[in-house]
Amino acid sequence: MDFATDSAVTIDGPQQVVRLLREDGWRVIAAVERDGALVTREIASADALPRGRVDELGPGHCRLVDGPPGRWFDHVIGPGGWKEWLFPPREKLWSAQREGQAVTFDDAPQPWPKTAFFGVRPCDLAAIARQDRVFSTGPGDPAYAHRRAAVLIVAVNCARAAPTCFCASMGTGPRAEQGFDLALSELDGRFVVETGSTAGAALAARLDAIPATEDDLAAAAAMSRRTAETQTRHMPAGIAGTLRSAPEHPAWDDVAARCLACANCTLACPTCFCSDVEDVTDLTGDHAERWRHWDSCFSPEFSLVGGGAVRASTRARYRQWMTHKLSSWHDQFGESGCVGCGRCIAWCPVGIDITQEARALSTEETPA
Amino acid sequence: MTLRTIRELLAEHPLFARFDGATLDELAGCARTEQFDSGALVLREGETADKVFLLRAGDVAVEMATPGQPPMIMETLHPGDLLGVSWLVAPYRHMADARALSNVRALSLDAACLREKCDAIPAVGYAFFRAWAPHVAQRMRAQRMRLLDLYGSGG
Amino acid sequence: MDGAAPMLPVRCRVASAQAEGADVATLTLEPVAGALSGGAPGQFNMLYAFGIGEAAISLSGHDEAGRPMHTIRAVGATTRALTAMEAGAELGLRGPFGTGWPVADQAGRHLLAVAGGLGLAPLRPAILAAAAQPGAVSVVHGARSPDTLLYAGELSAWAAEGTPVYLTVDHAAPGWTGRVGTVIGCLPPALAGHDPAAVSAFLCGPEVMMRATAQALSDAGVPPDRIWLSMERNMKCGIGLCGHCQYGPDFICRDGPVLRYDRIAARLTLREI
Repeated sequence: MDFATDSAVTIDGPQQVVRLLREDGWRVIAAVERDGALVTREIASADALPRGRVDELGPGHCRLVDGPPGRWFDHVIGPGGWKEWLFPPREKLWSAQREGQAVTFDDAPQPWPKTAFFGVRPCDLAAIARQDRVFSTGPGDPAYAHRRAAVLIVAVNCARAAPTCFCASMGTGPRAEQGFDLALSELDGRFVVETGSTAGAALAARLDAIPATEDDLAAAAAMSRRTAETQTRHMPAGIAGTLRSAPEHPAWDDVAARCLACANCTLACPTCFCSDVEDVTDLTGDHAERWRHWDSCFSPEFSLVGGGAVRASTRARYRQWMTHKLSSWHDQFGESGCVGCGRCIAWCPVGIDITQEARALSTEETPA
Repeated sequence: MTLRTIRELLAEHPLFARFDGATLDELAGCARTEQFDSGALVLREGETADKVFLLRAGDVAVEMATPGQPPMIMETLHPGDLLGVSWLVAPYRHMADARALSNVRALSLDAACLREKCDAIPAVGYAFFRAWAPHVAQRMRAQRMRLLDLYGSGG
Repeated sequence: MDGAAPMLPVRCRVASAQAEGADVATLTLEPVAGALSGGAPGQFNMLYAFGIGEAAISLSGHDEAGRPMHTIRAVGATTRALTAMEAGAELGLRGPFGTGWPVADQAGRHLLAVAGGLGLAPLRPAILAAAAQPGAVSVVHGARSPDTLLYAGELSAWAAEGTPVYLTVDHAAPGWTGRVGTVIGCLPPALAGHDPAAVSAFLCGPEVMMRATAQALSDAGVPPDRIWLSMERNMKCGIGLCGHCQYGPDFICRDGPVLRYDRIAARLTLREI
């Protein structure tokens, strides 16, 4: 990207970026370590970042351990992420008041301060773009749009891939190409800062920085290449078409025998967008509210129709989740719903690996 | 009414229209015309099933009676339909009542005559069953669908 | 649908409530302030009963004043509350949502409306629109029993005005002189005298009934791309955001509820999709 490389600079650490954002009135959200996992929280300075810590990730496995000292961003991603900020797990849609027969509605928007996401990985950048599209299709979700419009994104290109990562095969990483205001690449003792927007360029211009050289940019590109090369998992090519024609593949029975239908994968997935609403009243019965909360296609009630749940079996629910994610998402939104972040692999209690299941479904059907 | 006319009437019935002339000749030998006034009982449960009816005009209700309740209409049959299944199933007794819902004109085929023809001339028997089995299958499908009680309690 | 606040109900009042049988009622609604978007035959609204919840209810037409009518069957808490409403009661309305019956695209063709149970409600406005052209539409309606035939008075009126109407029930006591059987049994007489290739069919009712009817019509020569079904899934948000009503690649609330048979035929025979 000419725009990014022309204005790229190098800095010696991320502290001044956080400081500058805070000075400009941004609420800065970043991944921090809490209770043995990475979670996204507001930070007051770069001191809160889990510097020197890395996440060991595998199927059904996550441990935060000490990594190379001094490295800021060698950890990858936690179970949560940016979804919970732009699309809160629980959100009031409106309230209603009844006086006699009269019923009135009020949907005063919830306050949302201008917010900087700091340290967004390329896979999550792609995930935000996926949800942007979902929530702006048709009439869209005005509350999501309201929040999204006041978000600035500082991306971090990955210097390390976890064993659960497969962004390279999804074309979403490990280098951010678009969708950010600033993108940082952590080299040895210094950062290359690329800009992706006029807001990002304006910020970069105020950093205590030196212009990036061709060598700096080449080093950043080499870092991303190395990260891609170390990825051990990948999504089989053509999986969208494969799943379209495999609704009765015996592999569904196999995965259904292992799946607990616990919904962890859908909660950890940064693109899963399903929600339900809950209508509540206070004790007087005259004040009612509607709350939206995350839902999962693994819950039995999800597919209720008059007579009962359409997808009663775990097999049908897993098929729905995976087929939607990897296949029907293309029909609905013109792209895959999977960004290769690997969260569903790490946070599955029984270690089901979506890339492995995709491979099983890609083989010729044989009697089980 | 002449034999030739009955043969023509047989040939007009949708289930028999595609039979060849020789088969129609054989079947016509077992056939006669029938008429029932609206409300008349056409078949009675338990009685000997000595005929099968090819409906030409009017509607027939197949009913079953339960003590203490009005009889229930299980299905209705209409022009082009075949009334009677038990004529082929030993010991040849009707399994339900059938009542004319309107003035009915039909052809009947004598069951013993028909069974005899089918035994004697397998080609005729096969042709007859090719017409009869799909009709029975359609009615069985309808009964299956109604077992689902698709419209629930209020619809 | 008003794009500004798709999640927020519009305050409405019940202008009139008409009982349609033991647990079915038709509510005619008017906005307390402002105007409602019209809504095409086949589309649906989300009706909100205060403090209880929302239900997806198809438009069953508009009255002379252009006010939307909804025929509702009491099957859950929300629909029980809605069917119990009397004139003057207030409720919330979001919509209209979804696709409608392609009534205008059937010019020069004979329209066959096949309704199972309450499925006649979403078809009613399409039938009324098509019946403006004499002889353009035939109606097949199946119900559980004679007393649960929907819009019985209106069905007689349509028949009297020359629209062929075929009624069938699952079972009946003597006295019923109509058909006992499934809607499929009504198809041969309903199609008689028409070139099946020039027939279009709109189907609405339980999925099994629509699946069997679409197959039977297709077997009889009605082109699969001239058969439409109104599908039901768990409609919640109405705008394709909540994910509940997914049916393969389609969101029933947005891409449906009215979908063409050739598009969904393979899915209709797939279990638990």
